[in-house]
Amino acid sequence: MQIQDAGGQLTSRTTYRLADLADYLARLVLPFLGALVLTTVVLLTVDVAPLDAYRILLFGAFSTPIRFGDMVMLASPLILCAGGLTLTFAAGLYNLGIEGQVVLGAIAAMIPLRLFPDLPPPLLWMISFAFGAAGGMIWALLAASLRLGAGVNEIFAGLGLNFLASGIALYLILGPWRREGSASSSGTALLPRELWLPTVGSLRLAPLAPIIALVSLVIVWWVLSRMRWGLEVRAVGLNGAAADRLGVPAVKRMAQAMAGCGLLAGLAGTLQVLGVFHQLIPNISSGVGLIGLLVVLLVLARPIWVLPVAVVFATFTVGSVQLPLTLGIDSSIAGVLQGALVLAALVSRGLMQRRRRA
Amino acid sequence: MNQLAIDLGAVLAAASPLIFATMGALLSERSGVINLSLDGTIMLGAMGGFTVALVTSSVPLGFGAAALIGAAIALILCILSLTLGQSQTAVGFVLALLGIELSSFLGAPVVRVPGPSVPFLPIPLLADLPIVGVIFFRHNLLIYLSFLLVPFIWWMLFHTRMGLTVRALGERPAAAFARGVPVTRMRYLMCILGGALVGIAGAAYSLDLRQGWSYRHTFGMGWIALAIVIFGGWRPWRVAFGCYLFAALEIVALRSQRTMAGVPTQVFQVAPFVLMILVLALVNLVSSPQALRRIASLPPILRGPVAMLVSRLAVAAPAALGQRFERP
Repeated sequence: MQIQDAGGQLTSRTTYRLADLADYLARLVLPFLGALVLTTVVLLTVDVAPLDAYRILLFGAFSTPIRFGDMVMLASPLILCAGGLTLTFAAGLYNLGIEGQVVLGAIAAMIPLRLFPDLPPPLLWMISFAFGAAGGMIWALLAASLRLGAGVNEIFAGLGLNFLASGIALYLILGPWRREGSASSSGTALLPRELWLPTVGSLRLAPLAPIIALVSLVIVWWVLSRMRWGLEVRAVGLNGAAADRLGVPAVKRMAQAMAGCGLLAGLAGTLQVLGVFHQLIPNISSGVGLIGLLVVLLVLARPIWVLPVAVVFATFTVGSVQLPLTLGIDSSIAGVLQGALVLAALVSRGLMQRRRRA
Repeated sequence: MNQLAIDLGAVLAAASPLIFATMGALLSERSGVINLSLDGTIMLGAMGGFTVALVTSSVPLGFGAAALIGAAIALILCILSLTLGQSQTAVGFVLALLGIELSSFLGAPVVRVPGPSVPFLPIPLLADLPIVGVIFFRHNLLIYLSFLLVPFIWWMLFHTRMGLTVRALGERPAAAFARGVPVTRMRYLMCILGGALVGIAGAAYSLDLRQGWSYRHTFGMGWIALAIVIFGGWRPWRVAFGCYLFAALEIVALRSQRTMAGVPTQVFQVAPFVLMILVLALVNLVSSPQALRRIASLPPILRGPVAMLVSRLAVAAPAALGQRFERP
């Protein structure tokens, strides 16, 4: 009797472990398989050899130093955005307004650059980053106060503020900040060369960008997983009312998470101005906020995973730039692949949860 | 006078895709499913509808394809959220982005290719009426259908047994379940029907209002439609009013480019969003407990009208919107 019991227990435990391993593998492999299937089908409909396309998507960003530099310059603001979004995601908020926060960060970063172009560049950069961070934060707090003060769902408040932000950017570009001579919707005049973030050799890679991104990500990780504040934010995200009754100031924590995310988005916007475009353009965010949202849906509130996923996503996007020339297909397949990855991850997550419940 | 009638007619025509999109979203949201993929669905519906119409040179087939695309995206949303228990917000957002990117990728070969469009169909006799004829009866079949869709959805939701069930799904799914309504299956049905309408809205752009296809052809219209549904408090007539208001703003913006050089057109482009936020904030503020207490302490002459105004203004979202339903 006893032996049987022990035996029974043993087998059940080993099967449990095997199931665990299978779970873990499935969680990693299924999204990739699903995304590959979907993207391959899409590629086949336009008569392209999928392997050629994948080769460029996966390795194109590493083919030349210039492309690698571009990848880093895209990954940096993406890491900032996705890192910031892990804060709001932990607090249970969908910060769809992050695009607008990036744009406002970029606009705010332009202000000191236009006002005091004669300051020594390092000082000016610091002021510009401070302005950018403040701009993003203010825009995030606006969405937060609409949600927490007036009960407007943060998704719609954020979306509305996104459109408002790009409206403001367009207005500035065509109006008060238009370039000398003729106004053009392509952007403001380029910044003077000495105000561009210094780059490595002739590459477009400015080392300051990845440094800022990585330091910020480490801080986010520390705050979210090693500090009481992070624990409280997570508690609010899991059950706001319960956390509130246990003495966690839920509203305050949500607002702080939004402010933190806005701050990082503002830094991303500043990087776009100082390191990438060197001017204000209508599409100054180039979609990093939206891609950041995709990243955070994959990694959930785990900042460590932001780094590899953001690098992979940036690799796809930079690699895809070569597709129109080499294979004659549109570069938006990178976005399809990114979206398909997240969709497949959601499917496999759902299947796992269903199996566990069954 | 005649110019005004022509302008009003143009507003009615310009709002027709939004009417289809918002009525689709309304149907879905009233049953408790928020379809955040609208922007991607409209984009893919526009691209797919135009391509099919171009290849088959049949406009109805184009609309059919767009409806199928919309229904398929809604089906994916339902499987992932209703069956597999994932967040409707997350799934809808991913589908929106995926739809946009897919439309750019698959639509690249038909960019700026001239194609078929919905034929002009003035209604005999009625079209010759002064003013009224110009406003209402010199359009095409699609726009006439958009006129009929709003009363139909209103009638369906508020005057049929089916509509009662749909509203119960959005407000008290547990109660509907207790009465023997298959909650999840009905939500699937409503969301898919709504998705088909949203797909048709896409084709309404590429085959009628903005004929043809270009990169991000219908940019932002899905988000605008979602905003208008909230602006309209999930009530068909008010939502339709929101659509016409937005279309009117768009046409004013177009005119102002010529006449009011001082006012930047960006103001009009972002106006619907700012309006939506303000209306939402106002509605939530006037219906807050503090505000209601303040109304109760008003002098009696004011209290009645103010309370009525607030109850008219403040429309809550369907209570179970976006929430999961577990069988009790």
